[in-house]
Amino acid sequence: MAGNPRFEQKIVRAVLWTMTGATILILLFIVAFILRRGLPEVSLEFLTRNPENMGVEGGIFPTIVGTLALTLMAIVIATPLGVGTAIYLTEYTWENRLTRIIRFGADCLAGIPSILFGLFGFILFVTKLKLGWSILSGGLTLSFMILPTIIRTSEEAIRSVPAAYREVSASLGCTKWQTVTRVVLPSALPGITTGVILSIGRSIGETAAVIFTAGSSLHIPTSLFSSSRTMAVHFYILAREGISMPNAYGTAAVLVATILMINIVSYYLMHRFTRKYS
Amino acid sequence: METNREPLIRVRDFSLWASSVRILNRLALDVEPNEILGIIGPSGSGKTSFLRCLNRLIDLVPGYRSEGEIVFGGRTILGPDVNVVELRRKMGMVFAIPVPLPRSIFENVVFGARLSGVRGRRTRLDLAEESLRRAGLWDEVRERLDESALNLSGGQQQRLCIARILALKPEVILLDEPTSGLDPISTHKIEESLRKLRAAYTIILVTNNVKQAARVADRTAFFLSGELVEIGPTARIFTAPEDPRTNDYISGRFG
Repeated sequence: MAGNPRFEQKIVRAVLWTMTGATILILLFIVAFILRRGLPEVSLEFLTRNPENMGVEGGIFPTIVGTLALTLMAIVIATPLGVGTAIYLTEYTWENRLTRIIRFGADCLAGIPSILFGLFGFILFVTKLKLGWSILSGGLTLSFMILPTIIRTSEEAIRSVPAAYREVSASLGCTKWQTVTRVVLPSALPGITTGVILSIGRSIGETAAVIFTAGSSLHIPTSLFSSSRTMAVHFYILAREGISMPNAYGTAAVLVATILMINIVSYYLMHRFTRKYS
Repeated sequence: METNREPLIRVRDFSLWASSVRILNRLALDVEPNEILGIIGPSGSGKTSFLRCLNRLIDLVPGYRSEGEIVFGGRTILGPDVNVVELRRKMGMVFAIPVPLPRSIFENVVFGARLSGVRGRRTRLDLAEESLRRAGLWDEVRERLDESALNLSGGQQQRLCIARILALKPEVILLDEPTSGLDPISTHKIEESLRKLRAAYTIILVTNNVKQAARVADRTAFFLSGELVEIGPTARIFTAPEDPRTNDYISGRFG
């Protein structure tokens, strides 16, 4: 395509602008759709009361607790495992067959549909290990599901820390572990946090993997062995069984707001932590 | 500089390979205490690799293999049994590109010292001041020790890197083309500090700038293609080199 570079510039700008605009529009449309239908249902009572009559009436308090418990559990298990694996892959071994296998495995794991994680979790945790439908089973299953994301994003983040930092650290008499904890991880923190936030988003909205492993009890969970229903599962059941569309949208609105809040808080914390010297 | 003293660093028959490529070929040289040894030579002559063998930083990259001996303070520094952490503290290294860590100026200076067990904020502040003074940076940063080191200019960053080394109380300072990215004034300040530091430290200065070696080095070694062509008092190397290749290089005929 020969021709006028300024004209080309204009076309490209217009096309890219449209694409960006479309992305934002789609997002806004979905969020607006849910909030418009859901927000009128949300009240203090809706947030703090137990559901009654299968969720036709009452609030969604237990599902909020269940969602937060499961997500927290998944993150608490998967983050150290994932970051640890990433540290091993980047700092403690050279590229070899094993690292390629681990990486390939993580990538495959990331592509497995969540319902298969649910089935696997059901068989392993719920029945074989006799943990039953519980926060524990669900949290473990979710942690497996998000592990690849955490590994790969952490690995990228750690790799992008300049090699010079490692050399300087070593030349100042740091052991490898000191280099990792004092120089590499602080610099990689923003990238690692991004991976964790993505994973929180995935866990919090997950239904298939959770319904098989944490069950769908509407009681407030009292221990790690309690069965629990998450907001996403609650929404799914309310809508799917035609129990109450208004309450389904109300739940969805709370879910969206929760995800938004977690993202905002995480980014805020991360910036507070890293802004200082960069 | 023939003396009866044992040299601080003795290199004999030292060769280095990166997989199958030979980078250094049967080096033999001594480094005397409290001298500035300049190492000159074209890119790829093995100067930097040699420096990195001395503090074992070469270990960070896989695939290197060495032969021969390097003795520092009476003890070998090669082989798996050497305490490289201790070795690196004794052989501080300053890199071609100044790399301040993303921390405050103060934290950068005491970074290594803190790890080697220097306790107490007061002690560390004193150490930071002393090190920054010796590196000739104190007056420029005394008011802003808690600011990010990344805000300093290139020349200041490089002097910060020197101060960071000094805080470790090393015996040897290894400098790998420390002024290659700096302007003449910053370069002058660093050379100034080096001359002062010679009283207390032994300095090995790898430089691409032949004139820099002439200005600050007591003795100069000329590396070419992994071999030590010639080593001797700087004045002699620059006025009456024994090897014609040395003469060609310093007079700018190649390299």
